Amino acid sequence: MITLTHYLVLSAILFSIGLVGVMRRKNLLMLFFSTEILLNAVNVGFVAVGHYYGDLSGQMFAFFIIAVAASEIAVGLGLLILWYKKTGSTDLDTLNMMKG
Amino acid sequence: MEKYLYIALFAPIVGSLIAALFAQSPKNLFTGILTSGLIFVSFVSSMILLNYVDMDTIVHVEMMDWISAGNLSIPFGFVVDQVSVIMMVTVTLVSTIVHIYSIGYMEHDESFNRFFSWLSAFVFSMMILVMSDNFVGLFIGWEGVGLCSWGLIGFWYKKHSASWAANEAFIMNRIADLGMLMGLFLIYWNIGSLQYDIVFANIVNLDLDIVSWIGIFLFIGAMGKSAQFPLHTWLADAMEGPTPVSALIHAATMVTAGVYLVIRCGEIYALIPDVGMFIASLGAFVAVFAASMALVNRDLKRIIAYSTLSQLGYMFVAAGLGAYWIALFHLMTHAFFKSLLFLGAGNVMHAMDGELDIKKMGGLYKSMRPTAILMSIASVALAGIYPLAGFFSKDKILEVAFNDASYFLWGALFVGAGLTAFYSFRLVMLVFFGEKVHEKLGYHPHEAQPFVIYALTPLALLAIVAGFFEHSFHEFTTQLLADYEFTLDHSVALMLIFATSAIALSGIAFAVYNYKRGGFSEKIENWGVYKLLSNQYYIPKLYDVAIMKPFTALSRFAWLNIDNKIVDATVDMIARVIYGGGEKARKMQSGNLSSMLRWMVVGIVVLLALAIFYRPMV
Repeated sequence: MITLTHYLVLSAILFSIGLVGVMRRKNLLMLFFSTEILLNAVNVGFVAVGHYYGDLSGQMFAFFIIAVAASEIAVGLGLLILWYKKTGSTDLDTLNMMKG
Repeated sequence: MEKYLYIALFAPIVGSLIAALFAQSPKNLFTGILTSGLIFVSFVSSMILLNYVDMDTIVHVEMMDWISAGNLSIPFGFVVDQVSVIMMVTVTLVSTIVHIYSIGYMEHDESFNRFFSWLSAFVFSMMILVMSDNFVGLFIGWEGVGLCSWGLIGFWYKKHSASWAANEAFIMNRIADLGMLMGLFLIYWNIGSLQYDIVFANIVNLDLDIVSWIGIFLFIGAMGKSAQFPLHTWLADAMEGPTPVSALIHAATMVTAGVYLVIRCGEIYALIPDVGMFIASLGAFVAVFAASMALVNRDLKRIIAYSTLSQLGYMFVAAGLGAYWIALFHLMTHAFFKSLLFLGAGNVMHAMDGELDIKKMGGLYKSMRPTAILMSIASVALAGIYPLAGFFSKDKILEVAFNDASYFLWGALFVGAGLTAFYSFRLVMLVFFGEKVHEKLGYHPHEAQPFVIYALTPLALLAIVAGFFEHSFHEFTTQLLADYEFTLDHSVALMLIFATSAIALSGIAFAVYNYKRGGFSEKIENWGVYKLLSNQYYIPKLYDVAIMKPFTALSRFAWLNIDNKIVDATVDMIARVIYGGGEKARKMQSGNLSSMLRWMVVGIVVLLALAIFYRPMV
């Protein structure tokens, strides 16, 4: 029997993986992947809790997050390509133009 | 009639505000004429009200609600009754003349416009003080008078002594105002209202102890404003201001306010004769005390200032013994001759290029005859010689003291009357007659402008004839004030009049005789008594040593140790912690995105921890 706890544990594990990815990875593309994992970990949690309470708003929210994530990726990838064309690198540490 | 009340009250402030617009610009004769005119308008309205007010017709208006909070409701109300209308007429009459006089006196002053603005504001404050129908309005006027006196005593603020004297007057008055405020609080706590009519109607129901405290506290306020001992030192130092200001302070506004307060609260003081006796005793003491200082002083204006102190003492004797109408009568007659004396002194001072030492004058009669005559009239009136105004009012006060069987008070006042006559004529003799010392010193005195002299004549006229209004004055004011019952025999009263006149005349005769022959020898200046008197009983020195020095030391200590080491140090430390923290936290802003992301994660963790472990109180 798969209970709510299982889903939440899965969600937490996914979230942790995403978090570690965000912190450790230096490649911008990998950062986007990590962000997607983070968002989807949260989605799993929403859907599971929404199902548990018999409330649709959790699942509604998951849809919103998917939509937001998609548009974020679209904008982010566009910027990433521009950056790559300009500098020939997708390393995070090269993005330091704002350093004072 | 309300129309005239508003005109009388607000005409001075209109003039003051208009003059204030020109305060920074060079002399403009227009401001002087405008303010004088408006004060005159106020005087005319007061006269109309004087004619109108009668037994049943008192003008009482409530302009608007002023303060209403909880149970406290104080309307902005004014009343013109027998007492306030007398004060209004006196104040505006003297003020009108002082204003006109000042046009001549301040002719060459660069702050001519500012002077008139303050002067009119002074009159306005005094009008609020006397016309208010409640204690709060009185207090506002009371403070306004204090403020304006500060601005006028320190009018020549570039002079150190002037600004010092202004501060002294202001601070001494604040000390006394604390007493006054306590009195008002007591009244409000026990009666629940500050309207005169309600307070006086309910005061009889109060415990006598409380009434005594109310009386004492209110009198402390009056002591400061009327410069009674021990708060008297500011009055003599206030001579630093321009002379018309001195005339105004001494005759119309400011010092008479204390006497007015005691008269107005007559119904309170009637219940507590012990406090009244204290007031009368203090008054008699000050009457002699101040007169003795006037005997030896060489400063023209200070002599007159001490004379005011002494005369205020007389008024307090009358008020303390319950003869309110007599106190008010002396207040009025005194206003006329004292302002005349001061304005005459101003003429002398101008003629002598600001010199005030009377030993350096002498023989000025030749060059300034009208002023000499006016000042002599004022001095005779002050000395209390029949038929001048001072005779009627001062003599009545002595009669009251005798009638009350307070022979000691009477004796003090009797001596005071002799001293008054002596010092007044010492001044007149030394300034106007005798040897012409000023010629040796190279002064070229000249008489003041004719319009200044003409402006003074109404005062001289009143100083002569005001006494004859005694009967109608008595009838008029006792419609409101409690009457004073004389139980003396007619023959005893005549004897008293005779005795008082005799001592006054002998004082004058002694002064005239003595100073005609060149005055006392220089030797008396080495006498202990002379030194004691000319140093004002060492009271200013005592205040300096006993109050000002320790206070300065305490302030220095508080500044160096408490303020610098505790307060400032705490504030500095807070600043240093924040600044140092910022310096350390700056390293976070490395511009490196991956370290920023890590910090972001730290932030999330902290927020999550907060959300989980922190439970707000429900």
